[in-house]
Amino acid sequence: MQNAALVGARPPDTGTSTGSALGLYAAVARGAFRRYSTYRAATLAGTFTNTVFGIILASSFLALWQARPNLGGYDQSQAVTYIWVSQGLLVTVAVWGGGFQDDVQDRFRSGDIAVDLYRPVDFQGWWLATDLGRAAFQALVRGTVPMLVGALVFRTRMPEHPLTWVFFLLSVLLALLVSFGVRFLVSITGFWLHDSEGVRSVMLVVSMFFSGMLLPIALFPGWLGDLGRVLPWASLVQVPTDVFLERASGAGLLGAFGFQLGWAVALLAAGRGAQWLATRRVVVQGG
Amino acid sequence: MRSWWLCARMWMRSMMAYRASFVLNLLASLVTHSLDFVVLVIMFRHTDQLGGWNLPEIAFLYATATFSLGMANLLVGSADGLGVRIMSGSLDTMLIRPAPALSQLCAERFSLRRLGRPLQAAIVLVWSLAALDVHWTWDRVLLVPVLLVCGTVIFGAIFVGGATVQFWWGESKEIQNSFTYGGATLLHYPPTIFAKELVAGAVFGVPLAFVNWLPSLRILDRPDPLGLPTAFQYASPVAAAVCVAAAGFAWRAGLRAYRGTGS
Repeated sequence: MQNAALVGARPPDTGTSTGSALGLYAAVARGAFRRYSTYRAATLAGTFTNTVFGIILASSFLALWQARPNLGGYDQSQAVTYIWVSQGLLVTVAVWGGGFQDDVQDRFRSGDIAVDLYRPVDFQGWWLATDLGRAAFQALVRGTVPMLVGALVFRTRMPEHPLTWVFFLLSVLLALLVSFGVRFLVSITGFWLHDSEGVRSVMLVVSMFFSGMLLPIALFPGWLGDLGRVLPWASLVQVPTDVFLERASGAGLLGAFGFQLGWAVALLAAGRGAQWLATRRVVVQGG
Repeated sequence: MRSWWLCARMWMRSMMAYRASFVLNLLASLVTHSLDFVVLVIMFRHTDQLGGWNLPEIAFLYATATFSLGMANLLVGSADGLGVRIMSGSLDTMLIRPAPALSQLCAERFSLRRLGRPLQAAIVLVWSLAALDVHWTWDRVLLVPVLLVCGTVIFGAIFVGGATVQFWWGESKEIQNSFTYGGATLLHYPPTIFAKELVAGAVFGVPLAFVNWLPSLRILDRPDPLGLPTAFQYASPVAAAVCVAAAGFAWRAGLRAYRGTGS
């Protein structure tokens, strides 16, 4: 965290120069990108795991769709592609948490969190920048390699429209904002609970289930499906994957983006509010 | 063994100091682990067979695989912390204590919270045994406990053997996950839905098929998709013994290759 110390030494930015503030966050994101890129062996090992899970789950989906063709409106190759896209998204959008959350957790334990609040940089913005950097690196390796293996081993469905790739990337970016919004709220409970571990483990379950990571939400029965479609977690996996599979176009596509954007704004605003409340009650021990 | 028990008891006592927190954690992990099964149940709302197997049969596969993994994780799952210990140097502390390093490593942070997974699996197992339409002969009845014990041993050997790789490659923990957690996910589903090469790999490569696939073919009276001799369906104890021997050999080799950084 040498970067952090350097940045912290700068005089407070009063917000008159948005250009330099953006440059600062870009530097933080770059730092996070480089930090994650040093764990090469771990990234390789993780990519292997994603691929193994992809093969197992894609086989199970194939069996299910053989028994019930066109289940949930997906054909067989779409169902298989669903698995591979979601495996690529799992770590990139941090469906089961992690990323900056581990750092924040450590800083709660060590008390460094007090220093973070001192910095002339926005707390939420700082961690958002690190998370974007992390995601960018993980999208490069853990997002693409399983997808490539999947396309080689199974019959997958690639987008027909070249523009879909752009829409997909946009949707992944929005997914990341929603994911960050949720994880930031979870982490910030540490100000009250001292340890957000318990909340995190509950969130992991909710997130894995309602993101559509385990099963497309279209397959959920009755009210569970209705609930799953409106909760923020659908933005993480279900929406970007459906964009990739070109299940919506025109107004439907706009609606999907609107859904993601709405949740992203709401969650980031809630995080900001929680941060404001939290900083009012921080007591720094000793000195 | 004795040193493992001593360490484990110490961790248990430290955890029982916070009884309410323990109960809550156990309940949470029970619910968490049920989710995999909920997914299977939802799948079966849309179909009445998967790869030719019905829900009670798949529940049997699910329960036996999950129980074996859960018990192995409870007993020796902490072994995967080896890489972190090598990095922080705390492995050296374990080596100079007058107790086997392996049993210390496995009992480290022993956590009864991990009972959630096998407990949940046991509940599903009871349901599936009640719902299964099987003609129970004495060998089938006997195979069920044998399966659970051997499955636990095989997964345990994979935990330890996989951890040993970290002697040489510290960041390999995730690879191990694909054989333990990934392996259990593989075994949730019947072998009929996978490519033959993958099933063969689970028989002759990493012997996951001996955990529950092969004995289940006998118990549930299903044809073997690979057409292997019937003896394979009873061979889980042999496979378990081979796995333990291999893991033990790897552990000793790893320990010999290990050089502390000194200070």
